[in-house]
Amino acid sequence: MTAAELLSVAAFLEGKQAQAFPSFGPERSGAPVVAFCRIDARPIRSHEPIVEPDAVIIQDTTLLHSVDVFQGLSPRGFVLLNSKKSLDELGLVELASRLPHVQARVVDATATAEKYLGRPLSNVALLGSFAALTGAVGIDAVLQAIADRFRGKTREGNAAAARAAYELVTGGAP
Amino acid sequence: MKQIEGSRAIAETVALCRPEVICAYPITPQTHIVEALSEIVKAGELDPCAFINVESEFTALSVAIGASAAGSRAYTATASQGLLYMTEALYNAAGLGLPIVMTLGTRAIGAPINIWNDHSDAMALRDAGWIQLFAESNQEAADLHVMAFRLAEELSVPVMVCVDGFILTHAFEPVDIPTQADVDGFLPPFEPREVLNPAEPITIGALVGPEAFTEVKGLAHQKMLRAIERIPALASEFAARFGRTSGGLVRSYRTFDADTVVVALGSVSGTIQEVVDAMRDKGQAVGSLSVGTFRPFPFAAVRQALMHAVRVVVVEKNVAVGMGGVLASDVREALGAEAPLVHTVVAGLGGRAITTTSLRRALEQAHAGTLELLHFLDLDRPVVERATAKEMCR
Amino acid sequence: MSGQQPIKFYQTGTFTVGNRLLDPEKRTVQASIGRSNALTSGHRACQGCGEALGARYVLDAAMRATNGRLVAVNATGCLEVFSTPYPESAWQVAWLHSLFGNAAAVASGVAAAFRVKRSDVRVLAQGGDGGTMDIGFGCLSGMFERNDDVLYVCYDNEAYMNTGVQRSSATPAGARTSTTPAVGSDPGNAFGTGKNLPALAMAHGIPYVATASVADLHDLEAKVDRAMAVHGARYLHVHVPCPLGWGSDPAKTIEIARLAVESGLFPLFEAEHGEVVRSTPIRRRVAVDPYLRLQTRFAHLFDGGVAGAEVIARIQAIADKNVARFRLASTETESELP
Repeated sequence: MTAAELLSVAAFLEGKQAQAFPSFGPERSGAPVVAFCRIDARPIRSHEPIVEPDAVIIQDTTLLHSVDVFQGLSPRGFVLLNSKKSLDELGLVELASRLPHVQARVVDATATAEKYLGRPLSNVALLGSFAALTGAVGIDAVLQAIADRFRGKTREGNAAAARAAYELVTGGAP
Repeated sequence: MKQIEGSRAIAETVALCRPEVICAYPITPQTHIVEALSEIVKAGELDPCAFINVESEFTALSVAIGASAAGSRAYTATASQGLLYMTEALYNAAGLGLPIVMTLGTRAIGAPINIWNDHSDAMALRDAGWIQLFAESNQEAADLHVMAFRLAEELSVPVMVCVDGFILTHAFEPVDIPTQADVDGFLPPFEPREVLNPAEPITIGALVGPEAFTEVKGLAHQKMLRAIERIPALASEFAARFGRTSGGLVRSYRTFDADTVVVALGSVSGTIQEVVDAMRDKGQAVGSLSVGTFRPFPFAAVRQALMHAVRVVVVEKNVAVGMGGVLASDVREALGAEAPLVHTVVAGLGGRAITTTSLRRALEQAHAGTLELLHFLDLDRPVVERATAKEMCR
Repeated sequence: MSGQQPIKFYQTGTFTVGNRLLDPEKRTVQASIGRSNALTSGHRACQGCGEALGARYVLDAAMRATNGRLVAVNATGCLEVFSTPYPESAWQVAWLHSLFGNAAAVASGVAAAFRVKRSDVRVLAQGGDGGTMDIGFGCLSGMFERNDDVLYVCYDNEAYMNTGVQRSSATPAGARTSTTPAVGSDPGNAFGTGKNLPALAMAHGIPYVATASVADLHDLEAKVDRAMAVHGARYLHVHVPCPLGWGSDPAKTIEIARLAVESGLFPLFEAEHGEVVRSTPIRRRVAVDPYLRLQTRFAHLFDGGVAGAEVIARIQAIADKNVARFRLASTETESELP
């Protein structure tokens, strides 16, 4: 299950309508992957791809220079990046100045995942940060979605990583 | 209610239909459906169902044919190239009147090879004698399977449930998976009209010559016409028991006073409804019609829905090269001699996204009278023109 | 029965007397008035059709072995066409015909259904060499690989007969067919081509593989019995002369089948899980010539030319190889035979 799908489950658990879908392709590991999630109060009818996102989550910042990940981003949107570097080091200051109402945030979700999950899989942890940054879903729903999806150590690790990544944004306890 | 992948919703619902023999060969984008079913069967949740891993799609449907003829409820799933590979068996199953249900994860047909969604596969086999139902959403995709088994077994006609590959099969959407009790209440055990039984041996699959072949086909046609009556009745019964609308022949959306009506099959209908709402907000009289049953073609229902329109725009995920729109042709026939203008908008081929922006632009052009009768949405015209020019120079 | 007369168990060219002198349990199913007649009279086969004979033999034996709890799945071909001209049918067994290449798969489906229903009904799939070895091979291999509980019977008349005698992968080297005509420098079917389906079946390691011929009814029935005594994928390859396609005398179908066996061209053997376990020695070995001479599809080899003689020699080599490989050389000496 991708992060987008997990996000849709979290939204569903909060009684919202959600739709998640990957950009599709044949089985292949190591390739760039984009996934989408729509969240709405009303039933979602459209099946078009998301061309004007309200939020973008970048799990792999090496893609920043090969793909225009911010294309169509809403002027009051959110950008969440997974990196050890700062926005400046990532070369995004120019973008930030172009979109003054966009809230951008960098989080080292990979490190968080390594710490709590034992593996550098940042996608679930990022959802915790996403919840904090956007409020599109609450952290409790994210944790519930994780609990439903995973079992055993993976469940505990992902839940801890998500909460930690959430607190990285809210400024709560480390 | 669950937030679940479309494929998983279909698999769980098919399992509730108590299939006895499931056989499938993997092909994108149907794989998640059969994987989920194999899990369900292997876990013993569907005893005594047999799940058979076969070596080709032709075999998959052939196994289903044998199982069905022996009196078992049989199911398989495929897409695109796989559907073509079982073509002979598709016609055979229909001709023998076997009530097999199959999920078609609609996908483009090569060459060029393409794994993404369009309707060319369903269109290619529209005359094989199978009932073809199209799902607009994952909820409907799941629900249609329950109705499909019932319809198939009532009429002794195989049914294909067409679900947009990736767009629906791989999308997570909220789906209400029915209870076993509700499904059992709607779908009784399979009682074959004729069956392979040593105690009462019959010959199935005889050689029929010119003296009787036409009558066999005439009867098949009559059965399909009967399906036109039964489908709405089953949809009503479904609604009464399960509490929601699914299936049926066609579904109208704001067509009552519409000048322009957009017609489509499958998931794009949802996107079209968004466009309709946006245009209505601007005072434009637009509506849409989603065709839920493509074969048999519901001529009367389509005519009823479109007869007052000034223009009809058929959005098709398929192009019959050298001809044009297949759905559009059926729509024109439904409308008869006094047909309004019917445009064919070919869109979404090979999985190309159909956006509300592009659809809206096409509809505005239709209103302005500048839309071609056969229009390829979002076509990169210069690319095609350059290549054509090159061809001409040879 | 009393008497001191020496009783000859065999008359030249026929085994009929033998059956009458056997204990009832050892008689063939065909000798019994209670036989199923699964393929009954009135069908439209050619005079002398080996396949009609083989199918009757096989089905009646299978019906006895299963107490009538049997379903037959038939591929497209002569057998299907001549037996079911709507509105008539010659089948007195539950019978299904689907397509040309899918009999094995359809049979797998039927078997699955009966397994699910916890029924004791057994499944027999049958087809000609074309439907089995060529177009049906994929499905057959899949059925073997899954070890589906089906006995597949191939009636091998060595070409696509129903469509006009075209070459199949079972057509023997040197034979004339309508697509391997006896013209040019290399007349007839090419050497170095063709498939050995029994060997391919054995390669799948299935529980039982056997070859049989309409020339030896007892042997054929025994093999059907052995096949039906086990479960899983089983294969029986039956040699059936086709007077039309082979250009032979319809009255000599059984004689020709016997010559194929006695020359070594059609070895009789059984295999279990990929290993040969039994073979039938040839009591009185003959050269390939008498066999070939009776069929006009080999007539071009007997034009007196060198080329023809060479081909015959190569065919003889094939027979010799079979005899060696399956140890078909009889241990009985000539003097013991009447």
